[in-house]
Amino acid sequence: MEQFFQQLFNGLAVGGIYALVALGYTMVYGVLKLINFAHGDLFTIGSYLGLTMLVSWNLSGLLPPFLGMLVVFVMVSLFVALIGWALERAAYRPLRNASRLSAVVSALGASIFFENAIMLVYGARVYVYPDFLRPDFVLNIFGVAIPAMRIIVITVTVALMFGLWGFIQRTKMGAAIRAVALDQGAARLMGINVDRVISLVFLIGPALGGAAGLLIGVYYGQIDFTMGWNYGLKAFTAAILGGIGNIPGAMLGGFLLGVTEAFAAAYIAVAWKDAVAFLALILILIIRPTGILGERTADKL
Amino acid sequence: MALLTISGLRVSYGGVEALRGIDLRVDEGEIVSILGANGAGKSTALMAISGLTRPSAGEIIFDGKSLLKIRSHDVVSLGVAQSPEGRRVFGTMSVLENLCLGAFRIQDRNHIETTLEWIFDLFPRLRERKKQLAGTLSGGEQQMLAIGRALMARPRLLLLDEPSLGLAPLLVKSIFTTIRAINEQGVAILLVEQNARAALKLASRGYVLEVGKVALEDTAANLLANPSVREAYLGG
Ligand SMILES: Nc1ncnc2c1ncn2[C@@H]1O[C@H](COP(=O)(O)OP(=O)(O)OP(=O)(O)O)[C@@H](O)[C@H]1O
Ligand SMILES: [Mg+2]
Repeated sequence: MEQFFQQLFNGLAVGGIYALVALGYTMVYGVLKLINFAHGDLFTIGSYLGLTMLVSWNLSGLLPPFLGMLVVFVMVSLFVALIGWALERAAYRPLRNASRLSAVVSALGASIFFENAIMLVYGARVYVYPDFLRPDFVLNIFGVAIPAMRIIVITVTVALMFGLWGFIQRTKMGAAIRAVALDQGAARLMGINVDRVISLVFLIGPALGGAAGLLIGVYYGQIDFTMGWNYGLKAFTAAILGGIGNIPGAMLGGFLLGVTEAFAAAYIAVAWKDAVAFLALILILIIRPTGILGERTADKL
Repeated sequence: MALLTISGLRVSYGGVEALRGIDLRVDEGEIVSILGANGAGKSTALMAISGLTRPSAGEIIFDGKSLLKIRSHDVVSLGVAQSPEGRRVFGTMSVLENLCLGAFRIQDRNHIETTLEWIFDLFPRLRERKKQLAGTLSGGEQQMLAIGRALMARPRLLLLDEPSLGLAPLLVKSIFTTIRAINEQGVAILLVEQNARAALKLASRGYVLEVGKVALEDTAANLLANPSVREAYLGG
């Protein structure tokens, strides 16, 4: 039972991070019907930028720990948001009326560009996040000792998701994003500036992705320039699992994937966790081709 | 006085010309009807006015300003709103959310509230169902929503693309009554209709489009009496 709860919280923490990244895929897909293959690299940039701010700029040392972390968190999100905004301007907007394939090629090109840029700046070696960032105390939850770090990651990811959900559901710009995702032409008839909505989505998605990159760095302590591929693929899987284009679907898919993986690693074997996760994806897609919460048919993908 | 003037308008999709130079006018406060067979170019004309398709030649002047120089999402703030063919309501959003999106460019909350009340008076069904998702409404209710949503922008010119399509006869009648009521509030209406008889009874003038050209233009009374119109569009 102890191990069950340990793994459940571990899975929820990693799943929350998957979910944050998955939201970027799903929101961009919602408005552009495009898979932003460079999104995983924005996540990587988030973790490298976080490292630079924490170690080289020593932000965590100059400020009180909590405030320092908060500042780094906000700055990483802002930076990555700006990179995402520029990515849409440079790689996707010029191809808005071109064929779907051109946009996909452009996305793959952007991904290769980012990966190489990170390697040029930081080199190919693995980096380690400073240890002191990780609170080492454990919380006692229902008699089970859970590392505080897990609870912090779960809390932060859930808070960000609630914030996003409130924005999308309760504000005028949120309604505009939903309208553009449903019917771009009708949205324009309402007077919605579709270009501006798309730019906004390319700020929000990458901001969440960058934040997730920072969280992974702090949580696992190790980062490298290819990790965007691995986490990007997982998050993309989570988005498909929940139903691509569907925001609650991406959240659910992320948590589900994280927990499945954690249990597979604990009860089967660590080597099997990816295989089990993808097996779960295939099974769900066989039962529900549109993903758990998706309405769109798979042929639109 | 002319509110909308279209001259020499040409629109192509790929290499195919859907509009081959049309002239059309809507005066302040007027109801004008566009008739024509499937594929004649009626929807294309409305979409060109709203800026969603760009013409290859010609001019569209609304209230003295060229709409061709204006970005599509700004057309509505000048005073031109459209209820498009097929309704295109936002299915997973509530009736109220759909209506509020219609007023996307209006900042004044009081103004929005007043307009909302006006629309609920025009379409009491929408008031009853304001929390319901648009996609779960009946066809007739969705049509009311599409018209109400366009009216939320407080347009001076309302473009209606086949508002009676697929509705039961009783509902058709009530939709046409409402269109008249909207017009009596001073809103000019450009009405595309398959139901030519009802449209011409409502309109003061009409245009008949045939494969991208204006084949006939006259007062509604004359069109109703015209033998070739009767044969082609009014069922003899
Ligand atoms: N997006 C498009 N791409 C290519 N061709 C189009 C497009 N939209 C319309 N057309 C073509 O342009 C012509 C005019 O179409 P339009 O929809 O304007 O006709 P309509 O008079 O509204 O017809 P209906 O009564 O069926 O609504 C048709 O031949 C149609 O096939
Ligand atoms: Mg049409």
